[in-house]
Amino acid sequence: MPDLTQTDELTQRILRIIAETQRKDPAQVTIDSSFEELGIDSMDGVNIVFALENEFDINVPDEEVKNIRSIRDMVDGVIRLIELSKETSKANSGAPGESAPAAS
Amino acid sequence: MRRVVVTGIGVISGLGQTRAEFQAGLHEGRCGIGPITTTECLDLRFRNGAEVRCFDVNNHFSPKDADMIDRFAQFAVVSAREAVVQSGIEWTSELKESTAIVTGSCVGGQSTENQGFWDVYKMGKTRVHPMTIPKTMANAGASAISLEFGITGPAFTISTACSSSAHAIGQAFSMVRSGMSDVALTGGSEAPFSYGILKAWEAMRVISPTVCRPFSKDRNGMVLGEGAAMLVIESLDHALARGAKPIAEIVGFGMSSDAHHVTQPSAEGAAKAVRMALKDAGIAPDQIGYINAHGTGTTVNDVTETCALHLAFGDHAKRLAISSTKSMHGHTLGAAGAIESAAAILSLASGILPPTIHFNEPDPECDLDYIPNCPRRADVEYALSNSFAFGGLNAVLALRRFD
Repeated sequence: MPDLTQTDELTQRILRIIAETQRKDPAQVTIDSSFEELGIDSMDGVNIVFALENEFDINVPDEEVKNIRSIRDMVDGVIRLIELSKETSKANSGAPGESAPAAS
Repeated sequence: MRRVVVTGIGVISGLGQTRAEFQAGLHEGRCGIGPITTTECLDLRFRNGAEVRCFDVNNHFSPKDADMIDRFAQFAVVSAREAVVQSGIEWTSELKESTAIVTGSCVGGQSTENQGFWDVYKMGKTRVHPMTIPKTMANAGASAISLEFGITGPAFTISTACSSSAHAIGQAFSMVRSGMSDVALTGGSEAPFSYGILKAWEAMRVISPTVCRPFSKDRNGMVLGEGAAMLVIESLDHALARGAKPIAEIVGFGMSSDAHHVTQPSAEGAAKAVRMALKDAGIAPDQIGYINAHGTGTTVNDVTETCALHLAFGDHAKRLAISSTKSMHGHTLGAAGAIESAAAILSLASGILPPTIHFNEPDPECDLDYIPNCPRRADVEYALSNSFAFGGLNAVLALRRFD
């Protein structure tokens, strides 16, 4: 399990990235904000996931993106994928811990 | 205003390299979707596309001519030749001077450009091929057709994403109807299978990793396709005077723009284009028997299009026979309007309506008759072909059986 301070820091980082991609004041974006309040539509959602994938070097499957309904879903999902990629790279320790497949 | 008829159709698509194979595929409900082979998929999250299988450029062009044009323009010429042969047109010098060429394409020759950029960005090469610019331009298909037949009349290309070739046919229709040209070659072509383009589609998260299942509850996105369709259209008088047999009539064209969202479709915008097409044709909603739907197989498009048909047709919506042939030939982007108009015209002429294949499960939000899985015999007088593009630009063609 991730320790709580770490999770909290991560949450703040994710919220900041969401605010940046949406050109919003970071103070407006909280874990309980709804997409409606923030004016986030499905294309915005795809754009945010793209920014989060780049920031944390994770891959979010299409099916999971379709199921995201709130900021909280986004934060929880990203933290889970980060944990997963840490475990994978631990399991492969010795080999380079690269979670994203290379482009070629 | 003159009546405008279709006297020749050429199609090259994932269902085969000729109009006959295309029609047979539609009538069998055959799936033209399979593993992408013409480009490496590398890390892509999808592997399937509706490619033109076994396309040997040497069967169609001299090696030197083939080098001058991208695959999308090759498809344009191949389908234009087939349409011209069927029309039986003889190119007198007068006809060559007045005939119009209006084509549609979304990505044009970006596959060629993609290769050039790969060479310089990735492979560290210091130069790209000198033909990169003329092969990439979206009008390369129209230009290649003009060179092929020596046509010197008005020629241009329309690029409105997935409505490109519907807009092109609509424009050519207007030009022939008004008397600007007696004959036009019109349609669209596309060849989007290159890694960079596929990566951009992957990023939008609208591509199915399997097949395209329009209007089915378990649909999970679109599948890209390539190909072309070209029509020879002419004024009815011109066709009859030269003893040609019209295949169908183009009776109306409707356009609208959503002013809603760059990627999300609007039911009201689509319904408006349908209403405009009916009004232009001077027909009532209940005269339409078949609709070749835009039907991309994405969650949002299919619900929105269904809603648009309810808005435009009212009670008659439930009596419409509707299918998305994208389930068979994929989404051919800028060629879609032309390939699907060709499908609608062939349906009117043959009395066989193509099915929506891979239809597994009805969706309560898509509550119309989508001709699931099996083709249907039906004598239909009027049909529509719907095209709705990213950017909210809609184009609907109204077609009539020619008796």
